Amino acid sequence: MALSIDIKQEQAKAQDAIKAQGLRVLVCAGTGCVANGSLKVIEKFRELGANVSTLTDYDKMTIVPTGCHGFCEQGVLVILPDKHVTYVKVRESDVEEIFESHIKNDKPVERLLYTDPKTGEHVHKNDDINFYAKQTRTALKNCGRINAESLDEALAVRGYEALSKVIEENNPDNVIDTIIKSGLRGRGGGGFPTGMKWKFTAANRGGKSYVVCNGDEGDPGAFMDRSVMEGDPHKLLEGMAIAGFAVGADEAYIYVRAEYPLAIKRLRIAIAQAEERHYLGKNIMGSDFSFTIHIKEGAGAFVCGEETALIASIEGERGMPRPKPPFPANKGLFGRPTLINNVETLANVPLIILNGAEWFSSMGCETSKGTKTFALTGEVNNTGLIEVPMGTTLREIIFDIGGGIRGGKKFKAVQIGGPSGGCLTEEHLDIPMDYDSLIKAGAMVGSGGLVVMAEDTCMVEVARFFMNFTKNESCGKCVPCREGTKNMLKILEKIVKGKGTMEDLEVLEDLAYTVKDGSLCGLGKTAPNPVLSTLKYFRDEYIAHIRDHKCPAGVCTAMKKITIDPEKCKGCTKCARTCPVGAIEGTVKNPHKIDQSKCIKCEACLNSCPFKAISKE
Amino acid sequence: MSGSNTAIDFRAIDKILEKYEYKKSYLIAMLQAVQEIYKYLPEDAMTYIGEKVDELSPATVYGVATFYAQFSLEPKGKYEIKVCDGTACHVRGSMPVLNAIRNKLDLKEGKLTSDDGLFSLETVSCLGACGLAPVVMINDKVHPQMTSDAISIILDTLLSEERGQ
Repeated sequence: MALSIDIKQEQAKAQDAIKAQGLRVLVCAGTGCVANGSLKVIEKFRELGANVSTLTDYDKMTIVPTGCHGFCEQGVLVILPDKHVTYVKVRESDVEEIFESHIKNDKPVERLLYTDPKTGEHVHKNDDINFYAKQTRTALKNCGRINAESLDEALAVRGYEALSKVIEENNPDNVIDTIIKSGLRGRGGGGFPTGMKWKFTAANRGGKSYVVCNGDEGDPGAFMDRSVMEGDPHKLLEGMAIAGFAVGADEAYIYVRAEYPLAIKRLRIAIAQAEERHYLGKNIMGSDFSFTIHIKEGAGAFVCGEETALIASIEGERGMPRPKPPFPANKGLFGRPTLINNVETLANVPLIILNGAEWFSSMGCETSKGTKTFALTGEVNNTGLIEVPMGTTLREIIFDIGGGIRGGKKFKAVQIGGPSGGCLTEEHLDIPMDYDSLIKAGAMVGSGGLVVMAEDTCMVEVARFFMNFTKNESCGKCVPCREGTKNMLKILEKIVKGKGTMEDLEVLEDLAYTVKDGSLCGLGKTAPNPVLSTLKYFRDEYIAHIRDHKCPAGVCTAMKKITIDPEKCKGCTKCARTCPVGAIEGTVKNPHKIDQSKCIKCEACLNSCPFKAISKE
Repeated sequence: MSGSNTAIDFRAIDKILEKYEYKKSYLIAMLQAVQEIYKYLPEDAMTYIGEKVDELSPATVYGVATFYAQFSLEPKGKYEIKVCDGTACHVRGSMPVLNAIRNKLDLKEGKLTSDDGLFSLETVSCLGACGLAPVVMINDKVHPQMTSDAISIILDTLLSEERGQ
């Protein structure tokens, strides 16, 4: 199809405009950095930059508020890409020093550079920061590098070039073949081959059909989709339009969870900009292809991440899953054929079209191609969002990119895939992270949340935590999930209170399989996974709670006992004054004692004792 | 249902319905708009929507309103406190922060809004700010790396601002 917009020309114009910006100062304005005060940092930079006349090598500077750069814990992040430097933990009060010393006089500010947790040294070049050095950023490439609220900045990094290409070539089947050949699989959890989903939906071409983007990132501990929507919204919109072109849809919805107000705002801006300049909407780039995207805000229901429940929610109903078949590809939104893909999946699409299926399938491993983003959190030194080739090992992720366990603690387990996933232990550190190896190990990639746990995390408590989550989020439609999760939680609560029996353990396991086999949708089918995997790898901890009435990690309060060592206690009375419930008795200069019947195990005394005389068991 | 004696401005609700063209598929958006005004969903407003929009009934509206965690049938406080209890926050100690808030505002389990109507408290599963765990969101502001002490200071600041006014 002939196009009236020459994308290459637009790209060149946008790139020239960026060059004319002079020295670019990138300040992260993602949710994490905004919480750390990045808006004030931006304001301060702008204030200083307004009066600047001469800079080393540049005649002016431009402050660019970007999307999330992934290294949230070190926020506010300020990046000077031309000088290859990343500043971390920048506050408003540091801005002047960066400006005077580095921007004006080319002397980097040492104290604001990242400190390597292993060597204790400052890292000068951003490529040398261990967190970034081992990553392969493709889907996240532009996040943190461009102004997410500017269409021109997106165009400068080849935004909408892939869409222009597919419309010009006008061969939708060819697009689907490319996606099939690339080996791209759904990044939202299931791992279903994306191209096949497209093919099934395209088989119903001719009538009204829809594209739906699942941005209901509900897994606690996962935030990759938020980062894409906040940091590179045009890439997602372009991916959706390409999907629409391929399957013959002219209308689409992005379902975003209400907990992500910034993502919703950025998407709205991006859609308005793209429509105004004919990259979306009626007759895209002057062609016959029209594609309109709406945003639907979720209202706080985890189950809506399940595709049929999400469809019900877009239709304005209670977000309850519907039995499959019919599959959405045949009968989905408003009863019409519907293609549902997750945010990260769609963000990969423009790259595959531009660079070819072979480029994509050259990354990753045999059955899982390309890269995957993981949200690395918990007891690890570098927390944040990472992107690595599929098949990278846990060891590389936790110990190289993550910089090891915080505070010198010992690694215990990693929970992968949220409430649907499982725990992996020391013995799994070297297995490749791909869809199939993880399923074999009793976990799943899921959306890619990786929560690292150290020796002082109680695995029974973790299982209880997830079961409490799924019990609350069960929609109540089918009995195995509604009643099963409730009863599994009851047993787990009994165990963490030290009142469990060995028989309970059998019932728990039995129930787990019933819920897994009998539930209607993915939520119920995967809800028992955290219990099953902890029972498999940490059965001894369950048994310790039941038989010995002990929590080996010292977490479960019911079994915790806090005592004062009379040998070490000097009778300073500090603990007695700290205790919020008056459970500590004693007189000055005499050893104190804790009344166990009053103690609420809050550990306030433990932290207050100057002589380390108080301990817990 | 409690709180049903709030006086409803039906013209404001008509405007919301018009904006969404009286379409059933926009029910969630309509309820969000109503909650934006009243800080909760008054019973009369839900009934009104159920009667005005084709294919809806007050029962259906109530069904949807009670399904989604975002909707509240009770008035929320001027400051809506959301303590994140997602996995990352939980592992890094969100429960002590929650307990500190409960103690400070005298909110026992089950009680969600403080007597003066200033604060309401809830836990949410994940705010997606896991790198800053544990986090607390007060209205639209995310507070990173919370501890019992830090949240106390924040609440004190808000309280003294309120008293100063």
